[in-house]
Amino acid sequence: MGHYEAPIREPIIVGDKTYHDITLDVAAPIEGKANKSWWIAFTIALVAMLWGFGAIAYTIGTGIGVWGLNNKINWAWDITNFVWWVGIGHAGTLISAVLLLFRQKWRMGINRSAEAMTIFAVFQAGLFPLIHMGRIWNGFYTLPIPNQLGSLWVNFNSPLLWDVFAISTYLSVSLVFWWTGLLPDFAMIRDRATKPFQKEIYSLLSFGWSGKAKDWQRFEEVSLVLAGLATPLVLSVHTIVSFDFATSVIPGWHSTVYPPYFVAGAVFSGFAMVQTLLLIMRKVSNLEGYITRVHIENMNKVILVTGGIVAVAYLSEFFVGWYTGSSYEDFTYLSWGAATGPYWWAFWALIICNSVIPQLLWFKKIRTNYIWTFIIAIFINIGMWFERFDIIVINLSRGHLPSTWTQFSPTFIDVSIFLGTLGFFFVLFLLYARTFPVIAQAEVKSILKSSGDNYKRARDTGEALPKAEPIAVVEKTEIPRVEEDSDDAKTNNLLDKLGSFDVNTQQADDLKKVKGIGPKMEETLNQIGIYTFAQVGKMTKNEYDLLDSITGSFPGRAERDDWAGQANKLKS
Amino acid sequence: MSSKVIHALYDDDDVLMSAVKEVRAAHHHIEEVYTPFPVHGLDKAMGLATTRIAITSFLYGVTGLSFAVWFLNLIMIQEWPQNIGGKPSFSFAENMPAFVPIMFEMTVFFAAHLMVITFYMRSKIWPFRKALNPDPRTTDDKFLMEVTIDGNEEELTSFLENTGAIEITINEKE
Repeated sequence: MGHYEAPIREPIIVGDKTYHDITLDVAAPIEGKANKSWWIAFTIALVAMLWGFGAIAYTIGTGIGVWGLNNKINWAWDITNFVWWVGIGHAGTLISAVLLLFRQKWRMGINRSAEAMTIFAVFQAGLFPLIHMGRIWNGFYTLPIPNQLGSLWVNFNSPLLWDVFAISTYLSVSLVFWWTGLLPDFAMIRDRATKPFQKEIYSLLSFGWSGKAKDWQRFEEVSLVLAGLATPLVLSVHTIVSFDFATSVIPGWHSTVYPPYFVAGAVFSGFAMVQTLLLIMRKVSNLEGYITRVHIENMNKVILVTGGIVAVAYLSEFFVGWYTGSSYEDFTYLSWGAATGPYWWAFWALIICNSVIPQLLWFKKIRTNYIWTFIIAIFINIGMWFERFDIIVINLSRGHLPSTWTQFSPTFIDVSIFLGTLGFFFVLFLLYARTFPVIAQAEVKSILKSSGDNYKRARDTGEALPKAEPIAVVEKTEIPRVEEDSDDAKTNNLLDKLGSFDVNTQQADDLKKVKGIGPKMEETLNQIGIYTFAQVGKMTKNEYDLLDSITGSFPGRAERDDWAGQANKLKS
Repeated sequence: MSSKVIHALYDDDDVLMSAVKEVRAAHHHIEEVYTPFPVHGLDKAMGLATTRIAITSFLYGVTGLSFAVWFLNLIMIQEWPQNIGGKPSFSFAENMPAFVPIMFEMTVFFAAHLMVITFYMRSKIWPFRKALNPDPRTTDDKFLMEVTIDGNEEELTSFLENTGAIEITINEKE
């Protein structure tokens, strides 16, 4: 009932998953230990981050004269990096909000990580406007508080101030959206946690989520309304970022096409970054069942569309610049002057990375190929950085006064700060990958029956559903109190394997010391004839199943808590 | 008042749904249902009223918009009018187009945050709150229905068994 999905739609959860499998797969990276490659990546990122922090401290201590800025080019890498990071921060909300409004189920496998990426990217973006003020301690001037030096307020006519409001609203709303979605998943981790400290932390993070029906009802309504609010919000953010340029009088900047073009570019670069991260993550965290070829292909289609919009915007900018006949327009970032001038390499990097290479995605073979996708995504990341560099530096390098024409060369500090934000971003993301449920498992479970490969196959071929046909078969197990009924044969079978207990020669152990065995379970085990750690320690998957079938209570519990492992430790 | 409840555990959302309908049809009181993920239609089957949280969000949005208008007018028109880039500052109406981005952001800011806070308050979820799900498996793959016992323990137990419950326990509720 209600789970039907057209067979033509490819499954988006593969690997014959059950609800419990989803739990295990999502919990595995959190409960397991980090491997060597994680530590190597983390160390590199951490060093880069600290290096960048050093460079930022040096900048603040000395002044922004340590950057390569000059009289003419008064914005360069700082704002390039700012716009690049903000742009990357667009995919997360687009995936979680816009795709939710469009009822796209495939968003559920990737929205959590895309949102995390958004938030971490906006952190990086926020650093640049702050440090480019030079006197960061005056940063509160951007807040609408009456100035204690007089009754002067901030200037609400300025796009730069709109930016402050847009970015902070975007960051805070994305954070809240993300966290609300995380509550049920943190609760899942909390309820599985075996170490007290872990339990403590995840209890705190999950806000005591219990999964009541009313809470779910509100949860879904809140998600929907937040999606409705976040959709115009995400579009507004890059629109307003583009106003920073579009409302100015610099040739190449004062262009009315900027808002839609910037938004498309942001989505374009954001999806490229999602591809970059998730293609690695699905391998490292064994999430191939949830981030499938379908997800990758769909994202590539979004990249193709938004890349197409961006390419059309480039063409129109190029055309309009030429059509005005103004000699100043011949030096804007999309012009013949730029293509052949001193910044020809930046111009062509932009064109090739953003408009030529992504066209490969028209081929289905390429857009469904993980390696190709990864390579193309890297090119787009680079190309979109160059787009912002071109807009800022090329346009500023050729002004109305030819004697001021100049070029920009970044200093060591410029480069260090940029690498530092990359490091900071990956530090956050790597920590996230090991401590957060990286798949929105509650949502994924809700689409398992409609979009899981096992369920789809069963429906299409008419074979039995992976689990008993829901309504028809009513599975009945005895109530746990009724041990007397337990099958004698099974019990004997179990004791054969574990060894029996001789009351006269052996001493019974306190089985309650094993986590997961309570007084009641101990009693049950004793009735079966299990009294010692030695016996429990011999249990394997077979015995657990046998035990489950005898007791009928807490199926899978023994295996999950690893009673045998615990018992062997207690024995020694 | 004696407050004994029966906990019936299910391992399938469709079985749970039909069980909820059966229990309701038999006029037993469902105290609560705990599920690991949103089961669509469960609220209707349980007879829960629709949530009004979207309406509160709208009201918060209106509040945010009004607040933005009020404070932009106060700051930019009343208290400290400035001529910036020729943008007229003599009246709110003339200067308004430049305020649209801020008005929009404030609307969203109020609507989103206050709605989420309302959700947390109404559902009583916040840091350091203890989880109330009676069985940890209900955040994994099991579904738990809590039904109040009204002196009909035996009957209810067998009734719930027939609805497809895989485990039934009787609990005291404090």
